[in-house]
Amino acid sequence: MSFINYASREINCKIVYYGPGLGGKTTNLQYIYERTNPQNKGQLISLATETDRTLFFDFLPLDLGSVRGFRTRFHLYTVPGQVFYDASRKLILKGVDGVIFVADSQEARMDANLESLDNLKHNLHENGFDLGVIPYALQFNKRDLPGAVVYDVIFRALNFRNEPTFEAVAPKGVGVFETLKAVAKQVLHELARK
Amino acid sequence: MTMLGSNLVMYEEEFDRINSLLGRLWMDANAKIVFLVDKNGQQIAAKGDLEKVDATSLASLTAGNVAATDGLARLIGEKEFSILFHEGERDNIHISIVAQRLILVVIFDERSSLGLVRLRVRKAAAEVEEVLNQMASKAAEQGEAPVSPFAEITDEDIDALFTE
Repeated sequence: MSFINYASREINCKIVYYGPGLGGKTTNLQYIYERTNPQNKGQLISLATETDRTLFFDFLPLDLGSVRGFRTRFHLYTVPGQVFYDASRKLILKGVDGVIFVADSQEARMDANLESLDNLKHNLHENGFDLGVIPYALQFNKRDLPGAVVYDVIFRALNFRNEPTFEAVAPKGVGVFETLKAVAKQVLHELARK
Repeated sequence: MTMLGSNLVMYEEEFDRINSLLGRLWMDANAKIVFLVDKNGQQIAAKGDLEKVDATSLASLTAGNVAATDGLARLIGEKEFSILFHEGERDNIHISIVAQRLILVVIFDERSSLGLVRLRVRKAAAEVEEVLNQMASKAAEQGEAPVSPFAEITDEDIDALFTE
């Protein structure tokens, strides 16, 4: 749910990175954090376990400058991917404006991708959203790994509404900004429609 | 209230009122910082010694905290825990839910007390709720939401946001 403040001429949008555990959601955020000018970003907050697994969420506020005189801010969140953190995932989707699904390209993770996508659909629904219409982009991460599934195969498995889809190698930044931009665009267009 | 679940649009008039309400609470409660965020973690207004804190992160973590606590409440059959209090060595945080959708946060130290903060927060929360109700009835009167400032946004506008 975007929040438009006409008094301070600001708009804040919430984008959530979703996907199976160890798929690279946090890495996406870390790359964005590293490559953004200090004046355009806030702190990257990671609520993680001692072994660096996301426990609740990661959070990165991004200031993208202004559109039509409104200061435009995106709040990027990741969810914990591990199956048993479902209650937390549901909470983080509250008030979401756009979703990025980070899929793990490895053959062995295909089931986890499908399960997580299904879980996303369910949790969005619980929050009153429909995955069929919400601003959405798909990212196939870890394209550089030898076990990566052929593009056509993973595309057929996960792309279901002709959403913008990107191949990525998150630690190197390949596809990271492209994915974010695709969702941001839809979110802003959605605001224009309202 | 119809505005629950709808987009919150705040205009100058309400924004000024909220700001002055927070200013009064800040003084009356002898607080260091007072701020108001929505349940999604977006800061609405703040007052006090903000230079030393990262207000955006504070807002987001507060919302996360409240969301987790709400989840806990539902698990045991409560609607919500309307007040949370965290006590530190020097500073304390008092968090309360206003009108089910906003979060009022007061940070204070030994110059104030929990009793005083609770008392002042109760009054301020009622006043903030009043402003919200006004916003809701205003929105209902006006029917249609105002034309979004983004109504004529172009791809170029969006692309321009991402050029480094």
